[in-house]
Parts: sequence; C-alpha cells; structure tokens
Amino acid sequence: MRIISAIVEDRPGVLFKVTSLIRRRGFNIETITVGGTEKERVSRITITMRGNPAVVEQLVKQLSKIPDVLKISELEPEESAFRELALIKVSATDPSKRSDILNYISIFRARVIDASKDSLVIEIVGQPRKVQAFLDLMKGFGVIEMAKTGTVALARGARSSSSSTSSSSSSSSPPD
Amino acid sequence: MRVSGAKALVEALKDEKVEVIFGIPGGSTIPFYDALYECAEKGELRHILARHEQCAAHMADGYARAKGIPGVCTATSGPGATNLVTGIAVAHMDSSPVVAITGQVPRSMIGKDAFQEADIVGIATPITKYAFQISKASEIPDTMKAAFMLANTNRKGPVLVDIPKDVFYEEVDYMEAERVRIGGYVIKSGDPHPYSIKRAVGLVLESERPLIIAGGGVIASNASAELARLAEIIPAPVATTLMGKGSIPEVHPLSLGMIGMHGKGEANMAAEEADLLIAVGMRFNDRTVGRMEKFGENAKIIHIDIDPAEIGKNLGVDVPIVADARKALAALADRLIEVGIRKKENEWSRRIAELKEKYREFYNSEESRGSLSPKRVMKTLRSAIPERSIVTTGVGQNQMWAALHFQVLQPRTFITSGGLGAMGFGFPASLGVKVACPDRPVFNIDGDGSFLMTEQDLATAVVENIPTVTIVMDNRVLGMVRQWQCMFCEKRYSETDLGKVPDFVKLAEAYGAEGIRVEDYGGLESAIRRSVDAEVPVVIDVPVSPDEKVLPMVPPGKTLREVVWFG
Repeated sequence: MRIISAIVEDRPGVLFKVTSLIRRRGFNIETITVGGTEKERVSRITITMRGNPAVVEQLVKQLSKIPDVLKISELEPEESAFRELALIKVSATDPSKRSDILNYISIFRARVIDASKDSLVIEIVGQPRKVQAFLDLMKGFGVIEMAKTGTVALARGARSSSSSTSSSSSSSSPPD
Repeated sequence: MRVSGAKALVEALKDEKVEVIFGIPGGSTIPFYDALYECAEKGELRHILARHEQCAAHMADGYARAKGIPGVCTATSGPGATNLVTGIAVAHMDSSPVVAITGQVPRSMIGKDAFQEADIVGIATPITKYAFQISKASEIPDTMKAAFMLANTNRKGPVLVDIPKDVFYEEVDYMEAERVRIGGYVIKSGDPHPYSIKRAVGLVLESERPLIIAGGGVIASNASAELARLAEIIPAPVATTLMGKGSIPEVHPLSLGMIGMHGKGEANMAAEEADLLIAVGMRFNDRTVGRMEKFGENAKIIHIDIDPAEIGKNLGVDVPIVADARKALAALADRLIEVGIRKKENEWSRRIAELKEKYREFYNSEESRGSLSPKRVMKTLRSAIPERSIVTTGVGQNQMWAALHFQVLQPRTFITSGGLGAMGFGFPASLGVKVACPDRPVFNIDGDGSFLMTEQDLATAVVENIPTVTIVMDNRVLGMVRQWQCMFCEKRYSETDLGKVPDFVKLAEAYGAEGIRVEDYGGLESAIRRSVDAEVPVVIDVPVSPDEKVLPMVPPGKTLREVVWFG
C-alpha cells in the first residue's frame, strides 16, 4: 500500500479539484480521506493506492500542480503511523456467539459502542490490515452493515508536514 | 475608491495592462458590460464583439500566442460559458495564457438550476490551470491578480474566473492588489540544476549522433536564439514538434523540419538513428513519437521542461532538467564551451545531409490530382508573403500540409491547435493574432470543413475591421478522416463527403469581406500578393482534389521508421 499525504488550503472546491484530477488522469485509488489539521483553514487529504513507484510519483507531481496544494508527499508505511476506523454492525442473537464476538473484540482491542437484543455495533481502529482481519472474522457471525473510513496517516518523528508552506516536498521534485 | 464589483473588475483588468477583451455579453454580464461602456467612451479597453463565444476564446488564444502576453475573453453564464469550453481546452493543451471571465447567476440562485446556470467552474477545472468562483466583490482585485499570475507564469495556461451577477453590483473599496499568494503555487526561477546540466554535458560529449527536438516550450520561453546557439555549438540537427515550428528558422542548415506522424522523412529517420535526443519544451506526445515504447530505444534522452510532471509522464528519460527552456539551453551551451567541445565534421552530419538529399525530390515533386497541389500552394504562399507574416491553421489535412510544406522563419509566426486539434481554430485565432499584431500580414490556412465551423465570425472581422486572409483548401471532404478511410478502411468513405460546400466567394461577400476563387498557381500568387495589404478580410478559395493526401505518414502505433510515402 502507498500513502500520499497532501496538505491543502481549505478553499471551496479543493476536494473536487483533487478528485477530478485523479479521475481524469486515470489513477486508481483505494481510499481518500479529508479532514482538519492543527492549523485553521488547512486540511489534510490522505490517499492510499496500489501502484508502482512511477505511477505514484506521477500522481504526486500532478497533484502538486494544483495551486491549493500546499505540500504533498508520499509517506513510507514503515515510517508513519496510519489508522483506519470501521463501525461494524454484527448480528448477535445467539448468546454463545455473542460471547465469541466479545472475545474477538477483546483480542483485537475493538469496542462495543451500541448493543441491542439482536445486534452489536463494534468500533475498531487500527492499520487497514488489522481492520480487515477483524472484519473477516465478523463475517462468520453475520455482518448486517459496515462503515469504514479511509486511512489517515502522519509521518513518525517530531516534524510537522503542515507547518511548511513550500509547494512540494522533496519527493515531488525531479530526481536530478 | 468605492466602486461596484463590475467597475472593480474593469480596474483590475486595466491594472493588468489588458488592452483588448474578446467576448459576447449576456444576462449575467450586463453590469460588467455597463462598466465597459464607459471604457469605450474613453477609448480604453477595446472590446471585440465575437459572434460565437468559442471564437472569442480562440481569438484570445491567438492574441496571447502572437504577443506572448495573456489574452482575455468573456462570456455570460450558462451557454455563453459552455461555448467557451473548446477554446479554453485548446489553450490548456497548448499551454497558452488565456484568462476567461464568465458571468454566473446570482449567488442566491447558484445550485438551483436557475435560468442560464451552468457549473462552469466544475466544467472548466480539468481544462484550466485554475478555475475561480468569486463569492464577494472584495475578492475581485486579488483574484484577478492571481488569475493573471497563474496564467502567465511557470507552464502557462488558461485560468477561468466565474463571477455571479449580483457580485458585479456589490460595492467594494478598490485598491490594486499587490503580490498575491495562491496556496502552494510558487513562481519558479526556471534555473536548471547545475548537476543536471553537468550530466547532460556528459551525454552530449559522449554522443556521436545527437538530435535536438524542440517543442512549443522553446517558443513560450522565447528561447530561439539559445536553441540555434546550442545546435551550432554541438553541432546537432534540430527537429521540431508541430508546436515547435518556428523555434528555429526552417531554412537554417541544421533545421530538419517537423517530426512525427506527418513529420519529414529526414526528421523521423534522424530520431530513429540518433544516439542522443535532447528534447526541449516538448512532451513526447503520441503524434510526435509514434510507437511510444520504441521511441528513442537506442538513444539516451535529455528532457528539458518547466513542468516537473512532464518528466517521466510519457517516456522515461536519462537526464531530466526541470527548467525554463531558455535558461537550460543557455546553461548547456555555456557549459559545453567551458569544457571545450570541439566542432567536427563527422559521419552524422554527412548522414543528415544524405537523408535531406534523399527526400528532397519527394518534397519538390508537384504531382497534382487534377487541381492545385497542396504542396505547391504552401510554397507559393511562403514565397509571396513577407517573412514576418503570421500564419494560423485549421485542423486536419490543411494543417499538416502547412506543417510539412510551409517554411516558418520566425517564432510566434505559426499558430495552430496542436494538442487538442480543434477544427475551426484557425480563422478566429487569426483575428486575435491580427489584433495583437496589426502591422503584420496574417494568413489563415484552413480547410473547408474546418472553416465552416467558425466562419460566422467573418461578421466580427468585417465589423471590427480585422483584415486577415483565409486560404480555404477546398476539397469538399473532411480530408484527414477520409485519408484514414482510404488507407485503413478500404476506401469506405463513411460520412466524410461534404457534398456541396458553400460558394466561399459569395459567402465572403455576403459578410462584406472579399472573396477570390483561384484556378491556377498564377492566380493564387496574385491573389495572395493582393491580399497582403488588404483592408478588408479576404477569403481565397483554392480548389484541391479530395484524393490529395498528407504524405509521408507514419501509421498510428508504428515507429517513425515505418513511414508510408505513397497512398
């Protein structure tokens, strides 16, 4: 999985400008999330995709041409913290199955955030792989519905990627 | 200064030293045109009333390319704005600085499918460098400053500014915007990185068969002198893309002419045989390189471009130089002189001379199929008009005949829709060019199909007194598609026969322009000479056989070596 993190000015239409570019240049992405940063009027867009380095580099270069994009870089999964959140509504009518589910919840450090006679709503946060593994387990009990965020990510270490206002990070510069 | 939004827009345009606007008014831009009314009275900000918004956009584009400064067009909301789209897309593909101003329905009506509402910011975003929508009059000065800055810096291109009608009425304190910031956009110095120059110099010194391929970026950065200097120092022959025509005088001993699908034999063969390609201000378009994965297979490639996203987009290269073409070419030449490159007569120059000689006869032959030979029409035009004349073209066979056989001698004197290939571009573009350069003769080489897409703006040319000359290569067919049908569809001519085209002489006269029909080369030459100083627009109808082809041709998906000479 490749993670692209873009710091953008929070102007009307910026998400449209980013997604329009991704679509028209034929890039295939897996998830995209948009949300606030520590700064006012500055948002972070996190994109995950599969693809070879040349494709990712081309997407980073194209996105960095959008004037609203303040900074963009690819995050190395090993050097970043990244999380996804899922809400899963599982059927839990049978008491024995219900206790199995609660067991898995404890193993995966998920939580029950709503319970009814026949179902549980479970929240799980983690790396996408962990969330997927948990989801696969829950499928055995009967998933009624599910909602997942995309991935959000930060580079490890003390540096802030949204504090600088340079147009692009080193990874979007030409390799010369 | 307390003014209306409309007046603020006019002031902002004057602050940007805009002299001409091409456009058509409509419901949403009535207040803007009301502010322009005073300008007309004072003789400021000339407005040219087009007959179709597409033409207004092409005019602004032609103006921008001829003069090297942004061209401005305007249209009302809804259909006015959507009619601009083709023109904006042309400017986008050819990196031409055009600022398009559109009216929008009042703010309270946006999103309600109001009368003449279209989401032009949404529509234009993929075909502009940026599309703004202004939400209050106080944003006008900064936004206009930003629009011109974006359009005319780094890799140039069109910018759209959408202004709701009620914003034009809103009052604002007008002050000229100073430097504006827009997001992460940085105006680049364009200086090449010394290390990439060093590596490029290494490749040049090692190479035995270098070839320069110059694209539109050389013209955009006014780098013609630097291009010729580098070519002479190495020495390396120079091929150009369609957009690069004019970057080097095509009579220069090192000029090979255009490369690509309809490129010259010597240019294409040189690209196949070269061991080093110095590609500058070009983007390895499919029409330029033929079969992409085979292009430059046996060569090292140096790629100079101002846009880092062009590096590696279509083709992997050995040495990328992200820089302004002029600065990079100058730095490369300087460095080569410092390291003491020695000019030598070598096998490569002999091979180039041999290639040129080999194909000379083909270009000079003038077999015609019953009417005038397009080749000779182009040569006649070149010999009959002054060097500084500017030529625009339509799209299709007319454009490729011009590209192959009309020698361009100065930069910014060959203006064509290269990337988008929009039929109908040539005539309105010629009007914009003439407005930009009133002292130069302006000729539009067009096809009958192409001209018929935008000929209604003959009305504009006549009323606004913009005397350009259109040469209609009149073959009564959509010739380029017909040529493909002939060569690749077993002559199944599906819907390419126009049947009867209008009488172009009468058509011109109906608008108050002059129409001339020529029957032979003598008549053609005298018609052209007569038109050079014409005071009214002229249309010269040149009969051409529908069976004339553009040759040579590299069939799509083939390498440049697999050229077809006869068809």
